Amino acid sequence: MECVFGLVGDGFAILVADTSAVHSILVHKSNEDKIMVLDSHKLIAASGEPGDRVQFTEFIQKNVSLYQFRNGIPLTTAAAANFTRGELATALRKSPYMVNILLAGYDKETGPSLYYIDYIATLHKVDKASFGYGSYFSLSMMDRHFHSGMSVEEAVDLVDKCILEIRSRLVVAPPNFVIKIVDKDGAREYAWRESVKDTPVSSA
Amino acid sequence: MEAIGNAGSAIGILSKDGVVLVGEKKVTSKLLQTSTSTEKMYKIDDHVACAVAGIMSDANILINTARVQAQRYTYAYQEPMPVEQLVQSLCDTKQGYTQFGGLRPFGVSFLFAGWDKNYGFQLYMSDPSGNYGGWKAAAIGANNQAAQSILKQDYKDDISREEAVQLALKVLSKTMDSTSLTSDKLELAEVFLMPSGKVKYQVCSPEALSKLLVKHGVTQPAAETS
Repeated sequence: MECVFGLVGDGFAILVADTSAVHSILVHKSNEDKIMVLDSHKLIAASGEPGDRVQFTEFIQKNVSLYQFRNGIPLTTAAAANFTRGELATALRKSPYMVNILLAGYDKETGPSLYYIDYIATLHKVDKASFGYGSYFSLSMMDRHFHSGMSVEEAVDLVDKCILEIRSRLVVAPPNFVIKIVDKDGAREYAWRESVKDTPVSSA
Repeated sequence: MEAIGNAGSAIGILSKDGVVLVGEKKVTSKLLQTSTSTEKMYKIDDHVACAVAGIMSDANILINTARVQAQRYTYAYQEPMPVEQLVQSLCDTKQGYTQFGGLRPFGVSFLFAGWDKNYGFQLYMSDPSGNYGGWKAAAIGANNQAAQSILKQDYKDDISREEAVQLALKVLSKTMDSTSLTSDKLELAEVFLMPSGKVKYQVCSPEALSKLLVKHGVTQPAAETS
């Protein structure tokens, strides 16, 4: 089942998400990217109802780029997080989105930051965060091994520890993960951690 | 446009460490109680203030919408609204009234002084049609063309805030219809950064303004420094 987590290191933030598209007891796909690049220096990872997840993250992405287009200046990560929270909060009493969000970004003034936003519109600025069944393990691993000012290597090492723990302890562990990083040079995909490949379809 | 030409003038000057706004209060009657608060300068948010020339009843409506816009932005993003966006939103409102028949446009010009983290100190001037632009020094209200030309002559880049105050008072003393500058006819407000890095909007008290007028020698028109 779903595992989304992230942490802030020295000059960068890192997000990790499982890549399984699950319905009921079936796995439909194991290379579904759940981390969206919001703009040049922002990442948004979401877990929850698949339809809501795609709809809502796309809605936020479009609004962030509309802001940038209209005003010629990008939103800061903090502003984008507060905007996202506000949208979730207004929707909460109408037709709530069942999505939990981790928003990571890098700003010139404030450096890297990570925001935790859940489906009932809770907003927290954090150094490490996690959603889903994987959180029981990844939070514990991060509590034990996280320290402030981690280097990229240390952080990726910790991420791998988390993934290993999830794979070995969680009954419904997802096979594959994607890792993305945002730092002063922008937001980008860092690596995949795959234990299962999609079976190739034989040509007819 | 007519109303603005007769209204008390206001001058804004951008300096490297702040923005200065000076306004002339029109004393229409001796019997009229001069209000204790400012009547030409309005704070819109912690980091933006404006000076008005034109029909005050119209201005009050616009200032109210500007304040609402600024708070809405802070509500959505938990951040102060960038100055140009605030000016633009207000000018959109103004423009709307020139577009459709049956309604009269707002008869107001504004000078906006503000600070934001993207572009630092800024000064904007807007007119009733909804046009706006960023300026280093600008004048609105009565005799604004005369004031504008003096500003053009005497403005220097990298002027300090204190020099900006002096220049603004000097320009106003030359362009005002009344013979002598006194603190009860004037309003002075500044937007600057405190040592803590917080933006401060400060209105000069009448006492301090009197002292400033004497210091810069513009109280008596005869003792004007050229």
